[in-house]
Amino acid sequence: MSGADIGLAVSVFLACAVEAVEALTIVLALGTTRSWSSAMGGVGAAMLALAAIVAALGPALTSLPIGVLRVVVGGLLLIFGLQWLRKAILRSAGLKAKHDELEIFSEEAEAARALGSRPVGFDGYAFAISFKGVLLEGLEVAFIVLTFGANQKRIPLAAAAAAAAVLVVATAGVAARAPLAKVPENTMKFAVGVMLSSFGMFWGAEGAGASWPGGDAALLALIPGVLVAANAIVWMLHRALPLIAGDPVAVKASERTGASA
Amino acid sequence: MSRVQAFFLGVWDFVVGDDWLTALGVALALALTAAISEVSVAAWWVMPVAVLVLLALSIRRAVRNATRGS
Repeated sequence: MSGADIGLAVSVFLACAVEAVEALTIVLALGTTRSWSSAMGGVGAAMLALAAIVAALGPALTSLPIGVLRVVVGGLLLIFGLQWLRKAILRSAGLKAKHDELEIFSEEAEAARALGSRPVGFDGYAFAISFKGVLLEGLEVAFIVLTFGANQKRIPLAAAAAAAAVLVVATAGVAARAPLAKVPENTMKFAVGVMLSSFGMFWGAEGAGASWPGGDAALLALIPGVLVAANAIVWMLHRALPLIAGDPVAVKASERTGASA
Repeated sequence: MSRVQAFFLGVWDFVVGDDWLTALGVALALALTAAISEVSVAAWWVMPVAVLVLLALSIRRAVRNATRGS
């Protein structure tokens, strides 16, 4: 396995694990308050839909000329990576509220209870919300699996890394029987943002016709370079905005600045 | 809103997210890399510089929004 393959597997595993933790919270809330069978039915249907998306788009992507593939995939990964990184930086600096799985669990459970009595047998609400939650959280991962995998012609490896992450999170969720609130989500999102941005700029530039000094070894400079730059921005934010960073009002306001990632 | 419009709006939101200026900047940086590569000059440096600038500007916009909101 090459260094690029390891980078692929780690990036996909982390991205998938983070999204799986968020999806697990929704499924747990619906399972405990409404119906486990219907909630799990929603999970199964969403997984099938995601697998169908990967199976349908994978061959189409891999059939593109390598130059076109790299510039398109590189550009998209870079856009995704910068979004992940921006939100992780803002959370690290205290300018955006961090994901609180326990709070989200309580909100979802409360909304489910507010609907009143549960139907006997199939529960459409539990199925639909579970399906939607898993599909939306999984769509971005499916996209990362496809783009990363297609670019290196290693879609099976990317899919295996994603499946491993789902298995680990599901096992941990079953063992804990509670939302995985102690998972360092923002650190993982920070790492995914760094990896996606680094691979995105590497492939994007290659696809656009540039040659990196040292070839693939340039990634060994790009990844730490992005990591250092992102940490430097967090450090500067902490220094420049000590009042905002510690002000819960500012955090509340910043929640309106972007969707969750 | 028609279903077609809703679909394309969903795709736009999924790909571009809430910061279209960064997406535009990435596209321009790739175009600049391609243009410089055409004239046989080393162009690899464009993307790292662009990423640094785009990330810094994106954070700056977000901080401004956050402080304005408070």
